[in-house]
Amino acid sequence: MTYSVPRLPEEPDPDLRSKGSRRVSGWLLWEVFIRPRRGLHHVHAGSLHAPDGEIALQSARDVYTRRGEGVSLWVVPSSEITSSDAADAASLFDPTSEKPFRDATFYQVPDEVEWL
Amino acid sequence: MTSRSETATSCHREEHRQLLFRYVLAHADDNLILAQRLSGWISRAPDLEEDIAMANIALDLLGRARMLLDYAGQLEGRDRSEDDLAMFRSEREFTNLLLVEQPNGDFAHTMVRQFLYDAYQTALWKSLCGSADATLAGIAGKAIKEARYHLRHSGTWLLRLGRGTEESHRRTQRALEGLWRFTAEMFETSETDRKLAGAGLGVEPAGLQPGWERGVEKVFCEAGLQIPNDRFARSGGRSGFHTEHLGLMLAEMQWMQRAYPGMQW
Repeated sequence: MTYSVPRLPEEPDPDLRSKGSRRVSGWLLWEVFIRPRRGLHHVHAGSLHAPDGEIALQSARDVYTRRGEGVSLWVVPSSEITSSDAADAASLFDPTSEKPFRDATFYQVPDEVEWL
Repeated sequence: MTSRSETATSCHREEHRQLLFRYVLAHADDNLILAQRLSGWISRAPDLEEDIAMANIALDLLGRARMLLDYAGQLEGRDRSEDDLAMFRSEREFTNLLLVEQPNGDFAHTMVRQFLYDAYQTALWKSLCGSADATLAGIAGKAIKEARYHLRHSGTWLLRLGRGTEESHRRTQRALEGLWRFTAEMFETSETDRKLAGAGLGVEPAGLQPGWERGVEKVFCEAGLQIPNDRFARSGGRSGFHTEHLGLMLAEMQWMQRAYPGMQW
């Protein structure tokens, strides 16, 4: 779904997608990923605005790891992420629900098979 | 019966305890006053992320101030709590550096003040990790990790402000010119400092200066900022003689406890 926000004539275009994720001040939007523990993978935690990677990293540390949430951080410019379109969800994801044979539980394990 | 040498050792120990009280209190005051100053940015920072970052740093400094004030109270042995020391001393009894009581000014001014202080704190706590006083060494061990991050944060901003726009450069250079005169005070070595350093309890501030200068000069050079030639130096904070800004700040910080002594919430 898209929203149309009324704008004043002199107001800059607030549409982030058309500006490559730049907001009015010119600062990039960054996505923050945190690795909670060694051995686990980085998980998306949220986003923030920063002029560059180093500031984004420090802000991510201050905003998202105040309570011992992680041992490692990634910050990625949001504009570098190519995402799937919600309108395509039906064609992208629905067909898998009709393919239960892709799940291991679909198969009967013969009694003769040991050690499984 | 105590022998003469035991009595001498005991006197010696008592003298060190009183010196250490003043030493710990001065460093507590530095952190308390700067924590209060930095808190002034809450809800007013340039962006939400920096608002949280500055509040985090203010809280780190406040936490450090609390540990030091609590310890100072124990050393003094007059049953004064951290709150008593923070809220019921007057301007002349505060022995913080003049640098930390200077008003926030604009963002560049706050970051320059913070950077000059963070570089000093990093050097100070690194040295105090080796203090013969176990409590002070323990506080130093916690403080050094925080101080290193604070220095990275303020240093990062200095590079960006110095090399950012013409306006950010102008404001940062102006802040440096206004604040540089307060830096020499950090390295003044008092009789207390000398005695405590001699006993392996404290460090001589003068000894921290060369490393501090190298560190800040490197960043200012990278940031395209000029360290003022002006050798005029202001001092007096360590003896309780302050700029006009501290009294006003204390009035705001202390009024609640002064109006309702001992109140809690």
